[in-house]
Amino acid sequence: MIHRIPPGTRDVLPDEMRELRRLHLALIDVFEDRGYGEVSTPAIEYDEVLARGDGRTAESAYRFFDERGDLLMLRSDMTVPIARLVASRFAGGEMPLRLCYLANAFRAVRPQRGQMREFAQAGVELIGAPAPEGTVEVIEVLEAALEAAGLGRAVIGLGDADLYRQLLAELGVEGEAREAVLGRLAAHDLVGLEVELSAVDGIDEAKIATCMALSQLRGGREVLEEARALGGEAVDRATARLDETLAALEARGVADRVQIDLGLLRDLGYYSGAILEVYDPALGHVLGGGGRYDGLLKRFGIDLPAAGFALYLERVHIAQTEEESRGEGGGGS
Amino acid sequence: MVRAKADGPLKLAVPRGALFGEALDVLDASGIDTAEVRGESRSLIFEGDGITLVTMRPSDVPTYVEAGAADVGITGKDVLLEQPDRVVYELLDLGFGRCRMVLAGRKGDEKLGEAERRLGMMRIATKYPRTAQRHFESTGRQVEVIEVKGSVELAPLIGLADGIVDLVATGRTLEENDLEVREEIVDCSARFVANRVAHKLRATEVDDLLEKLREATAG
Repeated sequence: MIHRIPPGTRDVLPDEMRELRRLHLALIDVFEDRGYGEVSTPAIEYDEVLARGDGRTAESAYRFFDERGDLLMLRSDMTVPIARLVASRFAGGEMPLRLCYLANAFRAVRPQRGQMREFAQAGVELIGAPAPEGTVEVIEVLEAALEAAGLGRAVIGLGDADLYRQLLAELGVEGEAREAVLGRLAAHDLVGLEVELSAVDGIDEAKIATCMALSQLRGGREVLEEARALGGEAVDRATARLDETLAALEARGVADRVQIDLGLLRDLGYYSGAILEVYDPALGHVLGGGGRYDGLLKRFGIDLPAAGFALYLERVHIAQTEEESRGEGGGGS
Repeated sequence: MVRAKADGPLKLAVPRGALFGEALDVLDASGIDTAEVRGESRSLIFEGDGITLVTMRPSDVPTYVEAGAADVGITGKDVLLEQPDRVVYELLDLGFGRCRMVLAGRKGDEKLGEAERRLGMMRIATKYPRTAQRHFESTGRQVEVIEVKGSVELAPLIGLADGIVDLVATGRTLEENDLEVREEIVDCSARFVANRVAHKLRATEVDDLLEKLREATAG
């Protein structure tokens, strides 16, 4: 007899579990080797506590009441629960603090390949280490994790979350228009972006062109020059931050798979400064992401800089199998 | 710098149907040979010089592009509006295939207004249920959206619905069925879209194609 399970959830059987386990272990080894201690937090938390972290990710969260009528939420990522944990358990402790995790999180998304409603994430959080050193360390760990997963072709996109916030302030785009423009930028809808920008009072053609061109800049170091040529204070500051990070990555020899991307805008509300996304040519979906969230811990009562990343374990596994079959000459034509 | 090597030629999803002819014209003008696609062949995949053309229904383009099965594609804005949860990058308005999404009702008939006033709700037949629902929600009205697959003009004529939400190019079909436009919802045209990962990892190829399409459709 067949008994149903909710859409977006699944059972894992031994053959797959064996491979996932190997991947788990390889990733946790990388994290532990670099001094990141593994933690676990409850899958359910109080809604009011997680909501401190980020109002926007909570949009697709699962919520329900407990026996006392308190509103509970299934965690939708691990960054916010770990911020809560650090504030409660490590306040006043020695910094920087290095934590890692491998945990399931839950989001009410439309299920498809590599995107389930219950999904596993593996990642690290580096608390108390400011930019650029903290960012560089996180990218270094990410690079090692991708290597350990056998994703030699994976690319790390590096952008700046403050770029457009500051640029829009500089251009005088405020209020509803600002939200609309940021929305189009996050969705990378260039047609809609031009429409929204054109509707802003007192903006001229050159400024619209700057904003549009900026969102298309991605590639190596040369991109920073191209961005600077577009001018403006916000661009200068963002490129200076990226330049500093990139130079430090180059000095440590881990810049090879980093792609500077001025169009990057992750939709999680808590990011500030550097933001990361991970891609592999074998998969059409993003493998993971992260960045700096220097303001997040403050919302939980301790003001510390922080950075981290999370990889979607199932997607990494899919990419891994695609890369393997390509290596055997079976795919990638 | 970036060491990823993408696999094979760039795959472009080309919409069959109403946009097909003009899409091929624009590709020709961009220096992509479409002679084979225009031929009698019943193949769906055409390998060209540095680019592979894959033909499909316009409404499937976001699905293929989101998954990365096609790197880039051409489809109508109406399709993108109807599938807002498909994550694709919308890079360029190609300018052709212009039409309007409208609310239409029977000529000289007050059914729409009357249904809203006396029954609190209009019944709207459409092939674009999500676009229709969003339009009425955003204007604060209650509707029952009835999804139909075929000629939507039929619905108000024989009493399935009080009005329709549909795409109108010339307005002739409405005219022939004694319907008239009551509200304009949104203007649509063909768009060039890209997969999120392809846009990052095949940046040069995607940008080159984007630039050629921009030149071919300018003015």
